[in-house]
Amino acid sequence: MKKLVILGAGSAGTMMANHLAKTLPKSDWAITIIDQYENHYYQPGFLFIPFGTYKEKDVVKPKRKFIPKSVEFILAQVSKIMPEKNMLELKGGQTINYDILVLATGTKIDPSELPGAQEGWHKDIFDFYTLEGAVALHQRLQSWKGGKLVVHIQEMPIKCPVAPLEFSFLMDSWLRKKGLRDQTELIYVTPLSGAFTKPTCSVALTHLLTEKDIKLVPDFGTERVDSTAKKLHSFDEIEVPYDLLVTIPTNKGDEVIGRSGLGDDLNFIPTNKHTLQSNAFPNIFALGDATNVPASKAGSVAHFQAEILTENILHFIKGQPLKPDFDGHANCFIESGNGKALLIDFNYTTEPGFGTFPFPALGPMQLLKETRLNHWGKLMFKWIYWYMLLKARPIPFITAKMSLMGKKTAKEAKK
Amino acid sequence: MSTKNIAGKTIEVNEEGYLLNMADWTKEIALELAKEINLPPLTDKHWQVIDYLRKNQAEGVALSLRKVGNSGIVDVKELYALFPGGPLKKSALVAGIPKPASCV
Ligand SMILES: Cc1cc2nc3c(=O)[nH]c(=O)nc-3n(C[C@H](O)[C@H](O)[C@H](O)COP(=O)(O)OP(=O)(O)OC[C@H]3O[C@@H](n4cnc5c(N)ncnc54)[C@H](O)[C@@H]3O)c2cc1C
Repeated sequence: MKKLVILGAGSAGTMMANHLAKTLPKSDWAITIIDQYENHYYQPGFLFIPFGTYKEKDVVKPKRKFIPKSVEFILAQVSKIMPEKNMLELKGGQTINYDILVLATGTKIDPSELPGAQEGWHKDIFDFYTLEGAVALHQRLQSWKGGKLVVHIQEMPIKCPVAPLEFSFLMDSWLRKKGLRDQTELIYVTPLSGAFTKPTCSVALTHLLTEKDIKLVPDFGTERVDSTAKKLHSFDEIEVPYDLLVTIPTNKGDEVIGRSGLGDDLNFIPTNKHTLQSNAFPNIFALGDATNVPASKAGSVAHFQAEILTENILHFIKGQPLKPDFDGHANCFIESGNGKALLIDFNYTTEPGFGTFPFPALGPMQLLKETRLNHWGKLMFKWIYWYMLLKARPIPFITAKMSLMGKKTAKEAKK
Repeated sequence: MSTKNIAGKTIEVNEEGYLLNMADWTKEIALELAKEINLPPLTDKHWQVIDYLRKNQAEGVALSLRKVGNSGIVDVKELYALFPGGPLKKSALVAGIPKPASCV
């Protein structure tokens, strides 16, 4: 009996467990999945917690519910990977062998990378990338009376790179509803040169920031934060004062990746961006937020990758060449406040553009435009996530490789 | 895409002035480009950073501020002092490599 081990039962690992349980012959292969936590968190829901739209109970479910019966689930932290021996070590010393290893260890924020933040952490400085952070911020907002509210990104890449923008738009909406918008200066501080990474998108989103009177501070290389004077400092000596700082600190891969010599300087795993095979060891594969591939770190990306990686693992087992099929496809809703959202669809080579999705001309969803239907799409995503994505059920009409039908570039759209 | 006459050579650059072929680069071109973007006179440290960037680019390594900061040549603060106002964008321009797209 051969053994395939999946490390990490988050979005990507759970999808892989479901795909592989269906495709690997049970007579030859045993599948094990390992995670340190009992519960699965719906991270896209963290965005809505500060505003009271979702509560903790809306975003947490036991992991076991989503893991197929035929897959062994081990609840433990992995402390080391020894790829030369095809072996993992669990905290406590127990070892596990594998023939194939799938790394789906995700990424998490590391506030210790932001010098000075410790002193003000969860007092005037909050994150919403963790459940604790989002809940603490919700509490802090209850006593908000106005002042400078700064949304800050320390360093790219971060998972769900649109989340800080969405947060700012929702914050604007929330403040208006509470009658606090006039008393609040909203400031968006980013290391990028505009609101977003992709140029067409950046123009549309920068426009939304202006429309909502959110001040953009671009090209900000953060050196440190002074929690006493309540100021962000850049390397080139620009200061941004705040009363409330909502930060997305540096995102890093799990320590186990660095400790095992499998990561880059941020503990992301060097991975072939088309086949999802590790660059270092042929029997190790990686997907989701844990890799260094230049695609967005998003649940939708993990979903597209999981389909392609499943096929590639089958090819690998049969000794066939891997298919270079992953094209960087990402598909994200962007909440823009007031019950509206935008939708973007892009890959390694094609910028997000205008048009309709998923059907050419019919839509019903509009790309890169603010609509109410897109907002419903975003809320529906929670249901799709729990009941379809994690179980690796196919989503009708949405393919792993991006379709160009129904899409227009910014230039074409102007015609 | 367009072409540009610089340091006695005609080279291809993109809309933002980044060299399209890193092989076209010479030290003379670097000096001219540095002048165009108003950098202070290039020092040894500048050249070490430029060498580092070109070497990594040639090897296909994705470049980021953090990466250069961990290179042992300069820390990030020093890099800002050498290439004020967008150190990675400016150092890449002068080094004749594409603008680093460290972000998606
Ligand atoms: C605020 C926010 C909003 C977001 N919004 C969206 C959105 O709208 N749309 C979208 O598509 N995506 C969104 N995302 C991103 C999405 O949640 C992630 O891209 C997705 O969860 C990635 O899945 P993953 O499996 O790679 O990582 P994760 O789901 O984070 O899972 C990693 C797992 O590995 C486990 N693990 C790691 N190391 C070890 C170890 N050493 N031992 C044992 N277990 C380990 C962890 O416990 C964890 O369960 C958002 C994220 C955030 C934070």
